[in-house]
Amino acid sequence: MSIRKFLTGLTAGAGICALAALAPAAAAEFDGVTINVMTFTGPQIAEPLQRRAPDFEKATGAKVNVITVPFSDLYQKLLTDWTTGTNSVDAAVFAPQWMVDYVTPGLLEDISDRVAKDEAIKLDDIAPFFREFSQKFNGKTYMLTLDGDFQMVYYRTDVAKDLGLNPPQTWDDYLAFAKAAHGKDLNGDGKADFGSCIAKKRNAQSYWMIISVASAFLQSKGTSQGAFFKTEDLQPLYGQNEAFAEALRIYSETTKYGPPDEINLDVGDTRNLFTSGQCALSIDWGDIGTLAIDKEKSKVIDKVGAVVLPGSKRVLDRETGKLVDCTPEICPHAKDGINHAPFAAFGGWSGGINAKADPKVKDAAYAFFSWMSQPEHSNEDVTIGITGFNPYRLSQFQNLELWTKAGMSEQAAKDYLGAIQESLNSPNMVLDLRIPQNQRYEQVALDTAIARLLAGELDIEGAMKDVAASWNEITDELSRDEQLSAYKSTIGAQ
Amino acid sequence: MSELPLRSEPALTAEADRAGASSGERIRHITAVGITEWLDRHSGRLFVLPAVLLILSFSIFPLIISAWLSLSRFKLVTTGFELKYIGLANFRKLLFGSQQFHFLGTFTEISPFGGLIMLAGFGAIAWTLYRYLASGSISVLGLIGRLIAFSLLGGIVLMFGTTIGGKSQIGSLSTTIFYVTAGVAVQFLIGMGLAFLCSQKIAGRSFFRVVFFIPLMVTPVGIAYTFRMLADMKFGPFAPLWSAMGLGQFAWAANPWSARWVVVIGDSWQWIPFVFIVMLAAFESQPRDEVEAAELDGASPLQIFRDITWPSVAPVAATVVLIRVIEAFKMVDLPNVLTNGGPGIASESLTLHAFMEWRALNLGGSAAIAYSLLFVSTILCVAFFNLIVQPMRRERA
Repeated sequence: MSIRKFLTGLTAGAGICALAALAPAAAAEFDGVTINVMTFTGPQIAEPLQRRAPDFEKATGAKVNVITVPFSDLYQKLLTDWTTGTNSVDAAVFAPQWMVDYVTPGLLEDISDRVAKDEAIKLDDIAPFFREFSQKFNGKTYMLTLDGDFQMVYYRTDVAKDLGLNPPQTWDDYLAFAKAAHGKDLNGDGKADFGSCIAKKRNAQSYWMIISVASAFLQSKGTSQGAFFKTEDLQPLYGQNEAFAEALRIYSETTKYGPPDEINLDVGDTRNLFTSGQCALSIDWGDIGTLAIDKEKSKVIDKVGAVVLPGSKRVLDRETGKLVDCTPEICPHAKDGINHAPFAAFGGWSGGINAKADPKVKDAAYAFFSWMSQPEHSNEDVTIGITGFNPYRLSQFQNLELWTKAGMSEQAAKDYLGAIQESLNSPNMVLDLRIPQNQRYEQVALDTAIARLLAGELDIEGAMKDVAASWNEITDELSRDEQLSAYKSTIGAQ
Repeated sequence: MSELPLRSEPALTAEADRAGASSGERIRHITAVGITEWLDRHSGRLFVLPAVLLILSFSIFPLIISAWLSLSRFKLVTTGFELKYIGLANFRKLLFGSQQFHFLGTFTEISPFGGLIMLAGFGAIAWTLYRYLASGSISVLGLIGRLIAFSLLGGIVLMFGTTIGGKSQIGSLSTTIFYVTAGVAVQFLIGMGLAFLCSQKIAGRSFFRVVFFIPLMVTPVGIAYTFRMLADMKFGPFAPLWSAMGLGQFAWAANPWSARWVVVIGDSWQWIPFVFIVMLAAFESQPRDEVEAAELDGASPLQIFRDITWPSVAPVAATVVLIRVIEAFKMVDLPNVLTNGGPGIASESLTLHAFMEWRALNLGGSAAIAYSLLFVSTILCVAFFNLIVQPMRRERA
């Protein structure tokens, strides 16, 4: 090679290198697109969105801006932004339970076609309840599930063993367990601990807790029977009847075995108490299962069992308002004579897109939610406590290795997933209320009455009257016929 | 408003004719002159217009809209939303219907304490009215104003007397009035006391002036969260202290009155500096010669404060109380963050009550609560101004 050729080659090579360095990277699909996603003040739920956003940006070019607001403000803030036409929020991760209020005025984008064309999301892997109920309204898909939500009861396996008790099967068992464990030192710090820790703070998550207790007494003939109202005239079951009275009695009695400030605790507080070893029992979503295996914070690793929500041997006779013993006719889904009615509280955090957002932003928002839901990401997220995401894909229930790798023992994983699966597969599952303005029924009327009961402002009779009167008033304000029709269609009643 | 001599329109037209202008130019000229003249004539109003428009858009318009909302029912429909006129139904619900327990409270029996409140309250109203009628300086407006104010005060006394103590429970209106009276009293007494101390020649007073002022700079929600942390008996920074005092298991949030008092303490922590700074200015602007003359005459510090200092700062004190009363009626951050209005509805202020209804989309109910608060706070503040602040100012003058 001549010197001239060598120099020419060198110059050409250097030029190519320089050009390659100066040339812009291949344009990504959503370069320059920013998605404003609203959800509640975390760390749960917001954490995985924020953690995965930079990777999503690298892969697609879309920047994800996660806006957080307190949980109790989320429904209203989002609705205000979208109904007033401000539209500063392009998409949101919120409760599918609220979907009805967003779909009716045309605020939520119909994503049925996108989901149908999206192979990466592996739709068939999403459990049928979430795929067919949580994500859909009137047969169309409006939301993408990112989290599976069922309430269940957590108990301390070591405490049960020490006290010679079985996991609670009925709510009476729950009370007996709580009573036996209350006042004992459960974490070896020399101080008396608590039999039961339930989030009972007003304006937080407590109304789901009372529904979890009441459901077993109120619904026994399957999901389409409904656990909130009579399907003939929308008269509230949360009214003056022996079943609701019994649920209120049990709920009030759990307070005796709880921390002194239990009525000011939300789920964040009760989770901390449980994982720090101070509680023998708790009612919660799937979060405690994964928080309990956190090596840095948990003091109850491998000491936690989970069971489906306890049931009852007596259920409501809707004609007479009395409690009657379970028979195969009255409680066709009962096991060993015990009627369980697992409660799909909240329905699982899901992503929805603003129908008025820019088309390119809508595409990017859908791509982001799909990215979050795809098994390669969600199968990891559901095993991390801080995410607040609980299993909702069939692969997450089937693959025990996911959980053992995350730090759960095989037995604990089987317990935990078993309790969720039992809830998920129950034909007597209770669907959360999804009629228009369900917030007023649950978060205002029911929540206030229960808070007043716990505070001693009302007795059980007063609380029952109060809830029934408030619910009837809201129903009449919004039109009984329309509400009844919405209620029946959400639970699949004839 | 123009001070310049203006020429009449015929004179201007003639001038244009003389200039040999065409008819089109003439019309344009006349129009231009007319606009200039009109602008000159209305310049005052035009200058004020932007400010008026701003006030109308940001104050009056929302007031009118919320008044309309309070008489309506909000509903989401397929076309967006619908506001249906329902008359006074939202107010009826608060005063006589399903929300009466929430707004006014629950009445079961009159407790001895409630009876005492009614006796003292009605006695004070009757005595004040008697004094006015016996004063000889009665005016129609004064009488009407007093009748309105005393009717409302009578209603409030009756509400407190019948819903406090025993098995009765007070509602969000009474809770708000409790926050206003207890909070402002605590803030005024401590703020004035600290201001008086800092106005004396004591060591380190400049340092204390800054320290006492700091809480006012913090955002209310920040204060609420800070206070929530401080008031945590189990995990807060003072937990060892509470534990040593045997209060480690004390759940202040579970008791209605301790929850309300914690809210008052938090509010006072935030607002004492405001009272402090205003009263400090008042104490420091007081003429020294009167105090020195009294000292020379052998007056005791108490006598000096009662007969010289207090009368001189009283009008400022009344004004500072009025400002605080108006603000305290709107309290929402502290009960929202500290207790979420609990236990039950015990610590729920009216603004928080309205906020909770609003975020559940009951916009009409929320606006009705907000308007009720507006009526009560306006009447009480106007009464306070006319019956207490004005006489103090007149006395001072």
